[in-house]
Amino acid sequence: MSATTGPRPDEESAARATTATASVREAARPSGARPPGAPRRIGYLYVLPALLVYAAFLLWPLLHGAWISLYAWDGLSVGTFVGLANYVEVFTDEELRASLGHALFLVLFYAVLPCLIGFVLVAAMSRARVRGLTFFRTVLFLPQVVAMVAVAVIWKWIYAADGPLNAVLGLVGLDRAWLGDFTFALPAIGLIGTWVEIGLVMVLFMAGVQKIPMELYDAARVDGAGPVREFLTVTLPGLRRELSVALTLTTVAALRNFDLVWNTTGGGPGTNTRVPAYQVYNQAFSEGEVGLACAIGLVIAAGVFAFNVGLTRLVEGRR
Amino acid sequence: MTQRPQRSRRPRRAGTAIAASAAAVLVALTAACAPGSGGDAGNAKAPSSVSTDISKAGDVTLTVWDQEVRGGQNEQIEALNAAFQKKYPNVTIKRTSKEFTDLKTTLRLALSGQNPPDVVQANQGYGDMGAFVKAGMLVPLNKYADAYKWRDRYPKTLLALNSFTPDGKTFGSGELYGLSQAGEMVGVYYNKEKLSELGIQQPKTWADFEAALRKAKDAGELPIAFGNSDGFPAIHEYGVLQAQTAGKDAVRKLVFGQGGAWTDAPNTQAATTLKTWNDKGFLTKDANGVSYDDSWQDFADGEGVFVIAGTWLVPEFEKRGMGDKIGFMLPPPAQAGAASATTGGEGLPFAVTSKSKHPDVAAAYLNFLTSPEAMDVLVDNDVLPAVTPASKRPGGGLPGEVYAAWEASAKSDGLVPYLDYTTPSFYDTLSAELQRLLGGNASPEQVMQAAQKDYDDFTS
Repeated sequence: MSATTGPRPDEESAARATTATASVREAARPSGARPPGAPRRIGYLYVLPALLVYAAFLLWPLLHGAWISLYAWDGLSVGTFVGLANYVEVFTDEELRASLGHALFLVLFYAVLPCLIGFVLVAAMSRARVRGLTFFRTVLFLPQVVAMVAVAVIWKWIYAADGPLNAVLGLVGLDRAWLGDFTFALPAIGLIGTWVEIGLVMVLFMAGVQKIPMELYDAARVDGAGPVREFLTVTLPGLRRELSVALTLTTVAALRNFDLVWNTTGGGPGTNTRVPAYQVYNQAFSEGEVGLACAIGLVIAAGVFAFNVGLTRLVEGRR
Repeated sequence: MTQRPQRSRRPRRAGTAIAASAAAVLVALTAACAPGSGGDAGNAKAPSSVSTDISKAGDVTLTVWDQEVRGGQNEQIEALNAAFQKKYPNVTIKRTSKEFTDLKTTLRLALSGQNPPDVVQANQGYGDMGAFVKAGMLVPLNKYADAYKWRDRYPKTLLALNSFTPDGKTFGSGELYGLSQAGEMVGVYYNKEKLSELGIQQPKTWADFEAALRKAKDAGELPIAFGNSDGFPAIHEYGVLQAQTAGKDAVRKLVFGQGGAWTDAPNTQAATTLKTWNDKGFLTKDANGVSYDDSWQDFADGEGVFVIAGTWLVPEFEKRGMGDKIGFMLPPPAQAGAASATTGGEGLPFAVTSKSKHPDVAAAYLNFLTSPEAMDVLVDNDVLPAVTPASKRPGGGLPGEVYAAWEASAKSDGLVPYLDYTTPSFYDTLSAELQRLLGGNASPEQVMQAAQKDYDDFTS
């Protein structure tokens, strides 16, 4: 799902130029000789090594998973063919359906919120020179580098009943066991996601903003645009591609979230923070429902795939 | 570059081709066989003849997978392995030790492979041992039990926990599939200094215990240190309460699927008591947000008068130098002097795999690990022995008190099994439901209805 393969205005003109030179070359070539890279099929030879690895470690397990998902299988004895019953269960079982809902809720915190915050910060920065930009960029990006388990341990401590967050909020009587609270546990996990993803989003947006020609800003200002107008007409269109990449990466992170939930709440309290990836692990290794686990996994994969296709079309306007 | 206009169509065609071939492969696979039928299924037949004399078995390498990785547990296994190889020079033990969850997740793959280890530690219950038995991957040990007289060595309850019917469907009866070394049970730890500060005697009856909780609360102390973010602590807490209200026989029947319902009045009563304790502030506030480890560590640091937890915490308290300040008792019975009932069981059992080429040697190894002489080695390493040791007894202090409680419980046959043995998903269901109860999101009746539904789904 690379976001940089679409035709861009500047690339297209370059392409036209290449076409011209190519036809000149073709005319000059003695008849019978092939153009470089032909026959086209030879291209497959180049991708073969990577394709083999990809097929062995991704496509084959995917197919194998799809096969297993059609069975009721405990991972040990001989499975029974059940058709699509496992998929029906994913969408009808109350708890499994709830966990799909939790995953969508987390997308708000992992993808939407960081992008919104990123826009505000970037809009502010595009109007003024920020001193020590590299420093801030490094600090913001740090959460991305830290292992998720470490992130979970840190935030578990911050959210703890006698942790620093409650020490502050306790002053105004708002303290509670955040990760053990039925209402707040999921948003609390979501906010950790926001904190982690914001660095990634910011780095992408900052790089994007630096590519926008200053002339456009100057022109907007000459035309009397305020900060909001300027953001909507110059910054936002200029960041389209970066937004697409950011949304893709952060949404995938939200939908496949396992480590953070496992290490902070373990799916609790009750079943309030169970997410699909947690269910995959739980069904396969604790409850011996390997077929159902595979079905859940494939539903996540299909969801991520569908989302990305939709996103690319929507944000990049590609068909 | 010249091909650009056609590029967009190309991948689509390839995509269709890939999808079509994927579907074809899938259909072929589906038609060919079911998962699990590829390898030859285990041969779970009981051995036709058993031999207890393994010195003439020739040179044998016995592969063992265990999860005894922590301090004393690891040392006792290493000592016993060395002793076994010394006794039988023809046997070499190849040991692999993995942490509990690692072993749990890799064991399935290992057992379904062509060369599984000879001896493995397989967790009790439907999820693990039951599934292995059903798939024919473990050797039924009844004949060895007769040959080695294991039924004299172990109390009946402890053998039941390692037994299954050969179809893997009924837990607690049928064939024996493994032997455990260590004992464990849930009891009540108390802070001796706090009790004397509060002027409370060690409670002898359940009523005394509840009165002590109230007195501690009134004096501004935390009565029971309790952290439930992990989910299982509430099962242990509830188990102790249920053993009081329902009695050991009813709980055993319920867990082993021999009758009764989770919605029966005594079971609901236990949930109501847990909720009342929580509402009255007898338990740590917002316990769903406090981790188990934090709760007992706080208790060791002097927060809380009691803790209801398992004997596995003894080495931790000892390590913190709290062994003299903390006492251990069985949950007090309704009448002073009567027998106590509490949740308990034994460590992970060692089992013999069906594909092992040396079941006799493996069984001899199991016999050796659980012999009274081996139990002496467990005592030396501060591990609670499941069966009576040949000569040694844990010394004074906390290990001594725990061992005394274990012996008393064995004598009165007072152990009830862990409640999560009920169905493969019961741990999941009950831990989530009890968190709801404590969070005020479910009533005791709703919790028990959910438990019963899980049970009905499994048995239907």
